[in-house]
Amino acid sequence: MADNITLEIARYSPEQDAKPHFESFQVPVHKEWVVLDALNHIKDKLDGSLTYRWSCRMGICGSCGMMVNGEPKLTCATFLSSYVRNGNKIRVEPLRYFPVVRDLVTELTDFLAKLKKVRPWLIRRDDLRPTEGEFLQTPGQLDAYKQFSMCINCTLCYAACPVVGLDPIFVGPAAIALAQRYNKDSRDQGADERMAVLAHPEGVWGCTFVGECTRVCPKHVDPAGAIQQYKLSAVLDWMKAFVKPRGHQAVRRESAND
Amino acid sequence: MNQPTIKAAPTYTEFHPRWYRPHVSVYWWLGQWQYLKFILRELSSVAVAVFVVITLFQLRALRNGPEAYARFQHWLQTPLAIALNTVSFLFVVFHTITWFNLAPSAMPIRFRGKRLPDLLLAAPNYIVWAVVSFAVAWLILR
Amino acid sequence: MPICALIRAAPSGTAASGESMDGSSHDVLLVGGGGAGLRAAIAAAEVNPKLRIAVVSKVYPMRSHTVSAEGGAAGVVKPDDSLDEHAYDTISGGDWLCDQDAVEAFVKEAPEELLRLEHWGCPWSREPDGHIAVRAFGGMKKRRTWFAADKTGFHMLHTLFQTTLKYEPITRYDEWFVTKLLVDDGRVQGVVAIELMSGRIQAITAKAVILCTGGCGRVFPFTTNANIKNGDGMALAYRAGAPLKDMEFVQYHPTGLPFTGILITEAARAEGGYMLNKDGYRYLQDYNLGKPEPKPVLRSMELGPRDRLSQAFVKEDQKGRTIPTPYGSVVHLDLRHLGEKIINAKLPFVRELCLKYQNIDPVKELVPVRPVVHYMMGGVSTDINGTTPLAGLYAAGEVACVSINGANRLGSNSLPECLVFGARAGQAAAQFAAEQKAPDGKTVAQAIDEQRRLETQFLRKTGGWERIAILREQMQKSVESGAGIYREERSVTEASNTLRELQERFANISLDDHSRTFNTELQSALELGFMLDVAESIVQCALSRTESRGAHQRTDFPARDDQNFLAHSVVYRQADGSSRVEYLPVKITRWAPGERVYGEQTKEQPQALPVRRAS
Repeated sequence: MADNITLEIARYSPEQDAKPHFESFQVPVHKEWVVLDALNHIKDKLDGSLTYRWSCRMGICGSCGMMVNGEPKLTCATFLSSYVRNGNKIRVEPLRYFPVVRDLVTELTDFLAKLKKVRPWLIRRDDLRPTEGEFLQTPGQLDAYKQFSMCINCTLCYAACPVVGLDPIFVGPAAIALAQRYNKDSRDQGADERMAVLAHPEGVWGCTFVGECTRVCPKHVDPAGAIQQYKLSAVLDWMKAFVKPRGHQAVRRESAND
Repeated sequence: MNQPTIKAAPTYTEFHPRWYRPHVSVYWWLGQWQYLKFILRELSSVAVAVFVVITLFQLRALRNGPEAYARFQHWLQTPLAIALNTVSFLFVVFHTITWFNLAPSAMPIRFRGKRLPDLLLAAPNYIVWAVVSFAVAWLILR
Repeated sequence: MPICALIRAAPSGTAASGESMDGSSHDVLLVGGGGAGLRAAIAAAEVNPKLRIAVVSKVYPMRSHTVSAEGGAAGVVKPDDSLDEHAYDTISGGDWLCDQDAVEAFVKEAPEELLRLEHWGCPWSREPDGHIAVRAFGGMKKRRTWFAADKTGFHMLHTLFQTTLKYEPITRYDEWFVTKLLVDDGRVQGVVAIELMSGRIQAITAKAVILCTGGCGRVFPFTTNANIKNGDGMALAYRAGAPLKDMEFVQYHPTGLPFTGILITEAARAEGGYMLNKDGYRYLQDYNLGKPEPKPVLRSMELGPRDRLSQAFVKEDQKGRTIPTPYGSVVHLDLRHLGEKIINAKLPFVRELCLKYQNIDPVKELVPVRPVVHYMMGGVSTDINGTTPLAGLYAAGEVACVSINGANRLGSNSLPECLVFGARAGQAAAQFAAEQKAPDGKTVAQAIDEQRRLETQFLRKTGGWERIAILREQMQKSVESGAGIYREERSVTEASNTLRELQERFANISLDDHSRTFNTELQSALELGFMLDVAESIVQCALSRTESRGAHQRTDFPARDDQNFLAHSVVYRQADGSSRVEYLPVKITRWAPGERVYGEQTKEQPQALPVRRAS
């Protein structure tokens, strides 16, 4: 294995730069090192001003997402050794389609607002107290939504989705997957409340099934699958409404911008 | 300098002077093989439309009598028509395969607690496609 | 942009108004947005929906370290179990250093809190009939650990975070780093924090402040803890005059992957994993932990308490029976006999982590593991309601020491601890805040001082020469040698001297990054300052406690000394920067101190004294 590897890192400091530029650093290659270890080595020993987010370094907190050679990746789970074979150079940039605050740090307020829009909490019409026991849920019912509950909010899917890049108001893969996590939870009764945001041109109908979100997801959540499933169920609901109109549960067409 | 009061966590912040917003190029779809494949897939619907139009012309030629039909058949043998048909055929096959492979992701069917694999759900489509194609080919070529 | 414009001096005539001069004033302020912080915020919002609640966190809440907890959360729900048994397991697991009134309240409220979380949507694993499933866990005599596959903390944190989104009174300050508590008139009145995105420094005043910043694993070189666990809240409280309690009790988790320190959950052992030395021998049977059986036996062998397992590793290592690797010696965790089906159903994340970070498939190969710093039993001294001796300051979660964990925490007790004491602290703080008038403007001067300190010591300074990473590595090395699994006077004293020297060298630190925008180097420097204070308190407490109990083992004082040390060490910061250690007796209610026994001998549980009725 080669001794050193070159990291080309996007640098941007709004106080000095009008736009990002690249800086190169030489980093020693160890078999166990991931790209995050290389970034830490640079920050500790070479240039303390290199700025990036990280926390758990085990792929569960979702902080360390970055573009590595043009692919959205969690840098704590991307090994240097795989790049040594492929040309010995690694290009590290902030996640695509997000505003850049500094170096490799992106701005996430928009993303969090989209998560909140889909009402990602358990909605119930009754008021059962905890002391009255748990809601029963069989392992089969748990499996129906379990995959969608694995999302770590790393936003790699937003960096992979061209619709997010071209249409900033599109709700996005992770938010819709999270909505489906609750819609398919047997304990939840709030699918109607989420419909206005989801069955909307900036909701699921904004998705053109590019499928990149599912390919890059590090936790195999399959947001593309979640979106297509919702499209199918939205269409079926729409057809059923002709046969048996639901009266007070009629869909409210609200703007996606509230 | 005015210090903004923090009332609640900000929601949409559409413009902030210091954040860098990279421009998304019109040629974004050339940047990555997966994006290019997606655009070609979407464009393949044009090939489907091309075949529909050719079929409509064929029906009109049928209605207008044997000479019109002969002229239509002659046109079909020109290099332009052959190229158009070949390219459209390839795109339609691409269209069909990608559609069959993607459609199952909208239908999670569970059997005995496990989700059936996508390929298993896509298989009936392929089988029907193959059977119908053979049947039509046998009808025409016998 | 002139920084002095960011903090305006109080215009005269407005000092009496409730609004802080800096425009942000709340009733209850949480520092930290993890399991305890979010639970406390919801509890405060439910006490009184008119309260203005702020959650100030240096990371987005779903990045908090609660997210990486794997194993489970203990709560008594099955008919064959009882609150007394959970209490006894906890108290004996803590080597009788637990405050028993707090433990009794904890075991009683834990099941309700876990059910409340289920009602909020937490995807607990289930039995075939739909009821909550429970599993065995280390140190517990009965099966009472609830779990959500092997990502319990992840599911709990995301459920809590998503639930807080529906409470309008909760305002989140995401990526704001708290540097100091504002104290005036003997009362905490808010915090000073840096908004990382813009670099502006602002005072956020509040009538009550709850610290939920987690533990301090990063004080040690090899830890399961994330980069963000620097003991921020402990240092903030310590500097403000609140005492820290039981700081010498640091938990080493027996199974961490070498090099990364990534945790292999205790659930792997609860499902039946074995721990083998280099000869393939289940060495725990040599250390008074019972006889090896093919299936896991509760409170025995691999299901013994974490401190005893980690200590057994050190002794095996001294006998030369561990396996050397470039990243320290290891033993092996054997999961092969469980089979692929069970591992994929119950331990999928463990398999994923081993494959990714060690290139090892636990279905077919042995997993190398070694003890790794995991949890801090000690912390900010609180009572049973999360109240500290400093008025207006509360604490909950790993940052606090109530103490229910005593000298050694049992696995699956810390997640319900966040919920139970988060809720209690939230309610107590909300009630306190309802009775207070708003903080006056006198704390603005402190905020301006703090801003000046940050500028002169870090941002605008030239001429320093020390690098953060070097001081941090030396601190970690000295704390490990002085306050590791086994301690003795000479090495602890040496560590204490090294730390003092590092504090002096810290004054000469130099930063490469002088920018205002998202300055993570400044953040690292401030975190190092916090860690040095916390390390000092750990080492002083370890030096003072001349006995061995639970996770604190002195080779020069190997016996437990209930006569002198059935008490919590309480450490205060002195004016000159040194520390003073006092002792506070443990509250014993119904369980008299006894022998900690694991293995076959634990067939009979000692009878608890009957509950005393109020006369």
